[in-house]
Amino acid sequence: MSALLSIKDLKVHFDLGGGGPLDKLFNANSVKRVVKAVDGVSLDILEKETLGLVGESGCGKSTLGRAILRLTEPTAGQVLYRDRDLAHLSQRQLREHRRHLQIIFQDPYASLNPRMTVGQIVGEPLQTYGLARGREAEQRVQELLETVGLSKRFIKRYPHEFSGGQRQRIGIARALAVDPDFIVADEPISALDVSIQAQIMNLLEKLRREKNLTYLFISHDLRAIRHVSDRVAVMYLGKLVEIADAKTIYDEPLMPYTKALISAVPVPDPQVEASRQRIMLEGDVPSPINPPSGCRFHTRCPYAIDACKEVVPQLVEIKPAHFAACIRISPAQPHIEGVAPGAAPGLPQ
Amino acid sequence: MSSDGNLLEVKNLRTYFETDDGLVKAVDGISFQLKRGETLGIVGESGSGKSVTNLSIIRLIPEPPGKIAGGEVIFNGTDLLLLPNDAIRKIRGRRIAMIFQDPMTSLNPYMKISRQLMEMTELHLGHTKAQARTHAIRMLETVGIPDAQARADSYPHEFSGGMRQRVMIAMALSCEPELLIADEPTTALDVTIQAQILELIKKLKRETGTSVILITHDLGVVAGMTDHVIVMYAGKIFEQARTNELFARPGNPYTKGLLRSVPDPTDEQGKLYQIPGLPPDVAHLKPGCPFAPRCDRVQDVCKREFPPFVQLNADHYSLCHFAQEVYSESGGTPA
Repeated sequence: MSALLSIKDLKVHFDLGGGGPLDKLFNANSVKRVVKAVDGVSLDILEKETLGLVGESGCGKSTLGRAILRLTEPTAGQVLYRDRDLAHLSQRQLREHRRHLQIIFQDPYASLNPRMTVGQIVGEPLQTYGLARGREAEQRVQELLETVGLSKRFIKRYPHEFSGGQRQRIGIARALAVDPDFIVADEPISALDVSIQAQIMNLLEKLRREKNLTYLFISHDLRAIRHVSDRVAVMYLGKLVEIADAKTIYDEPLMPYTKALISAVPVPDPQVEASRQRIMLEGDVPSPINPPSGCRFHTRCPYAIDACKEVVPQLVEIKPAHFAACIRISPAQPHIEGVAPGAAPGLPQ
Repeated sequence: MSSDGNLLEVKNLRTYFETDDGLVKAVDGISFQLKRGETLGIVGESGSGKSVTNLSIIRLIPEPPGKIAGGEVIFNGTDLLLLPNDAIRKIRGRRIAMIFQDPMTSLNPYMKISRQLMEMTELHLGHTKAQARTHAIRMLETVGIPDAQARADSYPHEFSGGMRQRVMIAMALSCEPELLIADEPTTALDVTIQAQILELIKKLKRETGTSVILITHDLGVVAGMTDHVIVMYAGKIFEQARTNELFARPGNPYTKGLLRSVPDPTDEQGKLYQIPGLPPDVAHLKPGCPFAPRCDRVQDVCKREFPPFVQLNADHYSLCHFAQEVYSESGGTPA
């Protein structure tokens, strides 16, 4: 499969100020503070795949999703889509392309205008792009509502009249209105109840098949990611640390961080839970302001050696289509010395 | 202490809310027991009444619009619902402690951590300032705050989410309560931090023998943490059982549906089972079973008559007209 989007060395840095002449006047030790939310990410998103992007809060996964669509301006790097670099298009050119690139947000309460009816919300993109108007637009909105499993009678209602799951469906209908190729789903199920999460995941999967969509599915929920994704990318403090197909990354993770993440997920089976051993990570995710030197995970990694503090690991293809960024593993030595290969501890083999 | 080892007995508890939309029976006639040293999980979707149940136990229901309309909450032989306000205040925090989902809203942002912890033992245990401070620091060390001596004088915003939740736990356990109520304690946290906090609660429970009520929507958390589980839906207990039993042999279609709709990371991919429809509006419940409109084995009787609470086994109950059948299908042999 060919790449629909090709992200090359993308960086998003936020300048928090400090370190300027005026700052130094008040505080001699003032240093420039920069949040490197996304710090050199290269990634291909293949046509018609769901690429899961997983990581803890603050790792930069949402910023990466937004930077691809230029909802947040990238600091450096390229986002190639149909031979054009989205990161360097003018606003006018970008508008043309944005039609094909949509986003679904986490919070269905905050992402719908409370003073617009469902019909207006879903119909707005049609108007913006001049795709349909009048009766035709209304018809199209009705179709879209039915596509996402809502009654077309809802067209004149306001967002507050709906539950969280229904609002998420409205958000999905809005994203679909312009017939996109690519959708960033940014934590689309995190705010929903368990029984509703399954509905939305199934809906997204159904739409992907019917409309040949490509998804970047961002979530901190490893169970959901495993379920919906073809491939999974794991992010830690602004960098990708492992990429592989979904089954491989769960069954044979290479990175200590990925192993720890997977081993931390509670399994809904008391017998498994009673017998499994977890890799407990010490401490919290460090601050992305002035992140740790070398490998950013070295402060929490149980296998860190002195060199990990110095050398920044590169994402290397360790096994076919399986990339990892760790100086202690290589194609010749795919497992850290002295550490058993295979699944995260405790999960049934 | 009651003779049968029950620390807490809730009998036919009913908590209602008067709203513009009508009377909301948030908790409607639920009964359960909690033995000393055990952990009870309460699972349910939003609006199922799981948090209201626990706020009722400690009498923190805002009145009005809320009202505990009936029932008993027997804690160590005393009905908490009959106690005057000053008596319940002596129990709250001292013998029954709580931790909530969002530690930032439960900590006072203007007070140093040490001060907030010291308040607890000064008030409840009559500690002097010096005693309270020593105790506070010891508690912070117990919950794994590094360099507790120095960090005690920080403000809540100087801590990360996971560290704040540790502070909350330190505070909750500082008077050695007999019962700890944890309402979604890890929902706002990352998985690696969640694993740390759950492990901490387990460890402290082992060491102190505190009984725990753990409210969560995460069936994985329930599986790893609890001895008994209650599944709530629309203000009712739909199923209760020992944890192993509930996961192995669910006797209620709602529980079954919930268990099937969680993607299991050890499972192969496939279409995920989904419970159709939405949780009901508790203000406008129709007669019959509240789950009937979403149930995959609904019969006419389910729409007409409220289901019976059927005993399936020694500790296993299910609210369903067809509880026996569902239980048999799950491989259970009704007693």
